Amino acid sequence: MNREQMFNAAMIGALVIVPLWAHLVDEPFYITLATRAAILALAGVGLNIVLGMGGLISLGHAAFFGIGGYAMGILASHAQSYEPILMSPFLIEGTKFMPVIWLVAIVAAGLAALVIGALSLRTSGAYFIMITLAFGQMFFYFAISWPSYGGEDGLSIYVRNGFPGLNTLVPIQFYGLCLVILILALGFSAMLARSAFGLALNAARQSAERVETVGIQPFRLRLMAFVISGMITGLSGALFADLNRFVSPTMFSWQTSGEIMIFVILGGVARLFGPVVGAVLFILLEHVLGGLSEFWHVYLGLLLLIIVLFARGGIIGLIAGREAAHD
Amino acid sequence: MTEPVLATKGISKSFGALTASKDISIDLRPGEIHALIGPNGAGKSTLIKQIAGGLRPDTGRVLFRGEDVTGLAAYQRARRGLGRTFQISTLAMEDTVLQNAVLGALGAAGNPYRIVGRALAGGALRDRAEAALVRVGLAEKRMQRTSDLSHGQRRQLEVAVALTLSPKAFVMDEPMAGLGAAGSKALTGFLDGLRAEAPILLVEHDMDAVFALADRISVLVYGEVIATGTVDVIRKNPEVRRAYLGEEA
Repeated sequence: MNREQMFNAAMIGALVIVPLWAHLVDEPFYITLATRAAILALAGVGLNIVLGMGGLISLGHAAFFGIGGYAMGILASHAQSYEPILMSPFLIEGTKFMPVIWLVAIVAAGLAALVIGALSLRTSGAYFIMITLAFGQMFFYFAISWPSYGGEDGLSIYVRNGFPGLNTLVPIQFYGLCLVILILALGFSAMLARSAFGLALNAARQSAERVETVGIQPFRLRLMAFVISGMITGLSGALFADLNRFVSPTMFSWQTSGEIMIFVILGGVARLFGPVVGAVLFILLEHVLGGLSEFWHVYLGLLLLIIVLFARGGIIGLIAGREAAHD
Repeated sequence: MTEPVLATKGISKSFGALTASKDISIDLRPGEIHALIGPNGAGKSTLIKQIAGGLRPDTGRVLFRGEDVTGLAAYQRARRGLGRTFQISTLAMEDTVLQNAVLGALGAAGNPYRIVGRALAGGALRDRAEAALVRVGLAEKRMQRTSDLSHGQRRQLEVAVALTLSPKAFVMDEPMAGLGAAGSKALTGFLDGLRAEAPILLVEHDMDAVFALADRISVLVYGEVIATGTVDVIRKNPEVRRAYLGEEA
């Protein structure tokens, strides 16, 4: 076990032990903080696939986060009002069943990523950043001007959606569910990194010309990464909305995209646990510094500056050093 | 006469007022090394890019194994068996030597979109990659990061990656660049043996290597082929001596 693997195991340990402790001493607030961190980490795991493995700076991932959130909001609001979503040509009703909501969130975010990726991945550099940002903002303004689902006020869900065998209203149970999903996503991300696809995508980040020279189309690799990434971020959006029992256009805002990117960079771009460390740190800073000053983002900015200037591998890079070459 | 493996038919390319390639028709026959020489700025790299698919000619055609590949992208030409090495290394520097070689094998014979299973797991792809590394003498370095290799070793790895494709023809852009005398001599010997496997279109400034290896030489000056012939014919051509070789003297 190398240093990075030991650190990752310790992170998982902390993510299990701290909320359990909070549950035992009856401090649900800390469980909610941990849930928020786990869900944001999941969004970061999604972004890290395009940012870390693909080298693509997407400032539009809030679009997928928001799509996941609205998938939950729309399905659950129809279920609570008993009004079908669609009457004809066939009946589509709302649902409070989490697995169905997740599936819809994943498929919807994946389809959006396919369209956005197909258009934006034809560009690169600053143009790619601007196009993804523009798509995110399109969704933001669309959500604001969509009165059926709350417009700019957003949409409240009275009772958290259900999962078989669990009482999701009990904070530790909902947290457990989110943590399991995060661990599965991390496992999937690790599998991706070691796969043929991961090898090719990582090479395309370093030299698209090299990949083309061996007969592989970089565009197709990147599009596939973009779709997978969008799906994971969409799922995190659905969970985030369920945590808050509320969804609003803010989920689509460019600040949301920026925040996800910031904590992935803080934790360590392209490192498996970078998004986890980054999300935990982000939530801790928000909680601790947010209590001291409403301008806590200034300190966050300062920390980001230090990390970018002096620790290119983020917190994980500082702790574990350069990523080991694996066989 | 034997059918050429690779041929350009009257290709031309201009960038604004600058004509980089002017009605170029060259070919590469089975088993030969065809060297492309010319002074800096003659348009060699532009021609290579048009042949490999990085640039599309304004007019003319590129034929590979009898097929018109002018409209195909670089990755499609590579899939058809066109192996290429670059003047400036384009290897994945953060990856290991083995990962670079497996990438080549993956493009040639694997599924690069496969998300299940380990890319470096034992099997046909890894065997193909390892075999290429053995051939260029980099087997011992397989777990080293590519950025830690010397310049000469990176050149060897470029060739190894091209070998994993089992190409039907090679296009090599200055493979000797930056190599010392010993490295250049070793690579010359290696390329000499390689021609039986697949013919090589060789862009090279190292004239000792060119004269030692080439079956034919084409001389490019200001985007135009001014002469094509055997080493002896080119050496004696007064126009070539004036335009290019004379500069060496």
